[in-house]
Amino acid sequence: MTATNVTAPRGMSRRAMLMKLGMLLNGIVGLVLAVPIVRYLLSPVVQGRKAGYESWLSLGGLEQFPAGQTRLATYRNPVVNPWDGETADIACWVRNVDGQTFQVFAINCAHLGCPVRWFPQSNLFMCPCHGGAYYQDGSRASGPPPRGLFTYHYKIEDGRLFIKAGEMATTGSPTANATGVRRTCA
Amino acid sequence: MRLIREIGDWLDQRLKLGASIRETAEHPVPRETASWFYVFGSAALTCFILQIVTGILLALVYVPSAGEAWNSLQILNHGISLGWFIRGLHGWGSNFMVAIVLIHMVQVFLFGAYKFPRELTWMIGVFLLLMTLAMAFTGQVLRFDQDAYWGLGIGASIASRVPVVGPWAVKLMLGGPIIAGATLSRFFAVHVFLVPGLLIAFVGVHLLMVLKLGVNEWPMPGRIVRRATYLQEYHDLTHKEGVPFVPYAVWKDVFFSGFILLSIAACAVLLGPFGPGGQPDPTIIQTAPRPDFFFLWLYSVLSFLPPSAETPILLIGPAIGIVALLLLPFIAGEGEKSWKRRPIAVLTILLIAVMLGSLTQLGLHTPWSPAMDAWSSLPIPSEYLQGRTALERRGALVFQAKQCHNCHSLDDMGGKRGPALDRVALRLTQDELIRQVIQGGGNMPAYGKNLSPAETTALVAFLETLHPSGHPPARNAANDVVLGGNAEGSTSTRP
Repeated sequence: MTATNVTAPRGMSRRAMLMKLGMLLNGIVGLVLAVPIVRYLLSPVVQGRKAGYESWLSLGGLEQFPAGQTRLATYRNPVVNPWDGETADIACWVRNVDGQTFQVFAINCAHLGCPVRWFPQSNLFMCPCHGGAYYQDGSRASGPPPRGLFTYHYKIEDGRLFIKAGEMATTGSPTANATGVRRTCA
Repeated sequence: MRLIREIGDWLDQRLKLGASIRETAEHPVPRETASWFYVFGSAALTCFILQIVTGILLALVYVPSAGEAWNSLQILNHGISLGWFIRGLHGWGSNFMVAIVLIHMVQVFLFGAYKFPRELTWMIGVFLLLMTLAMAFTGQVLRFDQDAYWGLGIGASIASRVPVVGPWAVKLMLGGPIIAGATLSRFFAVHVFLVPGLLIAFVGVHLLMVLKLGVNEWPMPGRIVRRATYLQEYHDLTHKEGVPFVPYAVWKDVFFSGFILLSIAACAVLLGPFGPGGQPDPTIIQTAPRPDFFFLWLYSVLSFLPPSAETPILLIGPAIGIVALLLLPFIAGEGEKSWKRRPIAVLTILLIAVMLGSLTQLGLHTPWSPAMDAWSSLPIPSEYLQGRTALERRGALVFQAKQCHNCHSLDDMGGKRGPALDRVALRLTQDELIRQVIQGGGNMPAYGKNLSPAETTALVAFLETLHPSGHPPARNAANDVVLGGNAEGSTSTRP
């Protein structure tokens, strides 16, 4: 009895300490591994912050967009993977206001991203999902959208229309804060 | 027969599992639990096993690539013999699984099974429900068609509304700046590896706890659960009057599971697989995306929430719901189990059922969406045009050409976004009609910029004819006095 009383705590404590050391080692290894794993998982965010996803893209010659009209245009997203297929083709609405001024709207409804359709007869964009509607200048007309349509920056060079695009248009994306959304009172 | 027994003995000498399996199978359960009300948990497990098997079979062919997924689904449907049947089993199995998990949850709630000592079993069950719904949503994404593509758009738009980290959340969810190959790959990983792995682990713990704690006894009105005495009472109930689970109770589980499998197979054969719908090409915008059946209620909610309250409700609402479900066994861990003595519990279930049912019904009809082609495909009924003046008919033309019909119905045809206009002249005077058309309001766009004065005059003249014969249209009596009687313009009546 006395022998165990003397030796057991000493032996226990030594083994317990070794076990704790082993756990500490694994904890450190876990942390060391966690850093690259988290970095890997965050790569879509990091890439966007470092290089940016946006670039200037041509939507084609100005002759495709007659003055006073709103036309559908498509572009190939600048950041693509070879297996993206047709999903990398993005549509947008181009409004030629007066031959000089343009508005380029994202296809995504400002409510929850469904594709809005242009109705030239009533000069409205209508969304098929939850019933949002917008005036021809992109401002909100009715329905659940909290704001007007998202707008791309544009420029005209050599008779061609360029927009700055590359990210899906959502609240918080660059298009959400681009100029061009005028609020009009109903 | 002898050979089988010898092989069995040989295995058991080494595995040493026979005794514990026998003990588990024959563990006593309360006599009344050998009931048809207690079959839903095992049926949910049966569905899950079916989903695993059919899921593996589909993965033999399916290509989780944005460029190829849709084509591989077409091959599954049409190119591989009985591929359509496996897809049907997986799709209908998913619907059945969600439905049975919900029924199981309602039964467990109404029978008070979440009370002491089964609080943790209930909480794990809540996570199992969430994972089942996650599987249903991610599965819909893997059916990579237009609905899946724009459904992802809705998911990304909701994620983008998270304060501060919204834009990051979108890119993490999509795996990049847009919905594309990376998005499908990560939803594939979540649907095929992550959630199923968690599901298997959680189902295991859930089952183990049912075995360790014993199945909930049949609730008797007046038999109160108390922490101090329950365990002894339950022990007496099972050991004095209990019956062995096998074969007294299990045969009903076996029969019901078989019936469910047969029903899933029948749906797969008779109704076929789900989709895929149109190609996931974002430049095809002639589409009206719609979620699968079990998310239709959410689709309705999203169209009814007022813009100002939408973001907080979308982001906080689910969290409140989940926390409430998790806290339930701590708020009501003791007391009456029988639903006959728990009116609030019964009313809560009824309220939620009516709410989800109504919202789902609305989601099937989407009255909030304009009927996009009503203006070109639905003519104005002829009785609304007969005997009208040229101006009024010109107004009917404006009504069609300016797409009023997309939101307003005539004779129950057309959009339901705005009010039906069959009797609008009874509600609004000429002045009010002009104001409403030009300025909009009350969720109607303003048409002032899109209508010439002549068009507005014609349109309002047409709208003024929309009242039942015998009912005179609304008029402003003050105008009669001030302007001398004939101020309301033409006052034609319906034939």
